[in-house]
Amino acid sequence: MDSTMSRASSTPSRAPQLQDMRALIASGKRKQVMFAALGLLCTTIALLTLMAAFLDLLIDGLPRLSLDFLTNFPSRRATEAGVLSAWVGSALVMLVTMFAGVPLGIGAAVYLEEYAKKNWITDIIEINVTNLAGVPSIVYGLLALGLFVYQFGFGQSVLSAGLTLALLILPIVIVATREALRAVPGHMREAAYALGATRWQMISGHLLPYSAGGIMTGVIIGMARAIGETAPIITIGALTFIAFLPSSPITSTPPFLNFDWLLAEFTVLPIQMFNWVSRPDKAFQLNAAAAGVILLVMTLAMNACAIYIRYQVRKKIKW
Amino acid sequence: MVSTPAPQVASAEPKVGPLPSIKTEARDLSFYYGSFKALKSLNMPIYQHRVTALIGPSGCGKSTFLRCFNRMHDLYPDTRYEGEIRLLPDNVNLLAKSVDPIEVRMRIGMVFQKPNPFPKTIYENVAYGLRVRGLSSKNLLDDKVEEALRAAALWDEAKDRLEDLAFNLSGGQQQRLCIARALATDPELLLFDEPTSALDPIATASIEELMTRLKDKVTILVVTHNMQQAARVSDYTAYMYLGELMEFGETDQIFIKPKRKETEDYITGRFG
Repeated sequence: MDSTMSRASSTPSRAPQLQDMRALIASGKRKQVMFAALGLLCTTIALLTLMAAFLDLLIDGLPRLSLDFLTNFPSRRATEAGVLSAWVGSALVMLVTMFAGVPLGIGAAVYLEEYAKKNWITDIIEINVTNLAGVPSIVYGLLALGLFVYQFGFGQSVLSAGLTLALLILPIVIVATREALRAVPGHMREAAYALGATRWQMISGHLLPYSAGGIMTGVIIGMARAIGETAPIITIGALTFIAFLPSSPITSTPPFLNFDWLLAEFTVLPIQMFNWVSRPDKAFQLNAAAAGVILLVMTLAMNACAIYIRYQVRKKIKW
Repeated sequence: MVSTPAPQVASAEPKVGPLPSIKTEARDLSFYYGSFKALKSLNMPIYQHRVTALIGPSGCGKSTFLRCFNRMHDLYPDTRYEGEIRLLPDNVNLLAKSVDPIEVRMRIGMVFQKPNPFPKTIYENVAYGLRVRGLSSKNLLDDKVEEALRAAALWDEAKDRLEDLAFNLSGGQQQRLCIARALATDPELLLFDEPTSALDPIATASIEELMTRLKDKVTILVVTHNMQQAARVSDYTAYMYLGELMEFGETDQIFIKPKRKETEDYITGRFG
């Protein structure tokens, strides 16, 4: 310390080195500014494109949006046509997807993460689950056409569509759940075990509640993807023109639940949109834009739910 | 560098009070992580209603030894015990294959290095071990929770906020909550794994005082990297090095007149 200080004071001037140093810093900063500008440009292009698409949809669709649009069946006359059967169909299919895909996905993830021995078989399963998330959705549609529609005889029904989309979101739910389970610190598990908890008590009392935020986020992201899926639903043969509703799942007489709707024919919002877009009449294209707005709002609402749930769960958790 | 004669176990007798009886005893205990032998044939008694401290440099195996007592190693693959840990008076070998690790953990409590309360209310943290044991009567739970919080010297601070989240407590309070959580189930032996290493000096002092008071209720085994702490809280001290028990004896004897050169070097700070 002393020696360096005395050396510094005895040196007459370090100006030449200082100039070099400053030039180096300035050149480094120039690169930094250039990269920041480039990044900003990329962000702007991406955002502007999305905004333009969204605004275009809104400008075309908003004038058509009304309560009537939501409560009318499709019609030959564009101004009278609505999306009632489509959004009800979408909602019912999502219901099946949720009840089938979520328990299966969480169950599989808990097993893989907490129970399965770590060996080459689980490694292969893990790689395959991750790969399944990238399989084109129409492949799921073909599988479902053979399996659910013909083999199991579910027909071109809400049930077939819901199960198909459940398959589609399964890898997403599994991966998200495993990530969420892994995010629970080891000392939480040890704390539960040290008190004499069994594995299942540790999972049900600690792991699942603490990772609920991450799991729900994965589930809803999966559902948000599923609600916009068109290809697999067309593949299993959803109709494009439906002027009736499936029977209501909830009835006024005991046992208050009714499952006839599961085997009903149906359509969903993206298919209704596709149908309208392919018509020559410009008025139908406006209908398609309006249906697009509804689909977007449903997706955004689901994502908002995911964010809210995550916030609620994380608020209580600090590791 | 280190010769390995048999550890010199002092014929330990405390200067005051009745002759302590042995609560639990490691007999020829070895432990393996895969093929690495982390503990080498340890023999050591732990006396009832006394505090026994495990000291030694990092990586000497003191935490590994501690975690044998509640079979924590069973949670991880590629671990193996050899030898026995006998729990008295029923003389059961805690490490026996026929003994369920859950049963062991129901009898032996543990407090961890970092305060790790569950992200639940203060009440639910203390009640959890009881719920696992099938207790559900509200009155009984209330009584047990209060008793445990009193024993952990947390009742006065926590009694008006039992429904608060445990994370709203300070670090020292959280650690006392973890002690209460372990005490609620009346463990026969309480393991402390460096319980104050994440705490400030004031919180550390309160935990140390608590440990000294708790030995009337429960036998304590504590791992510490802090020699002063071992000297302050423990009745017996074991010095470990490279997976071996180098010396075990009354704390006063270990700190004032260690029998082995290695122990003396560590204690006087020449090594470690």
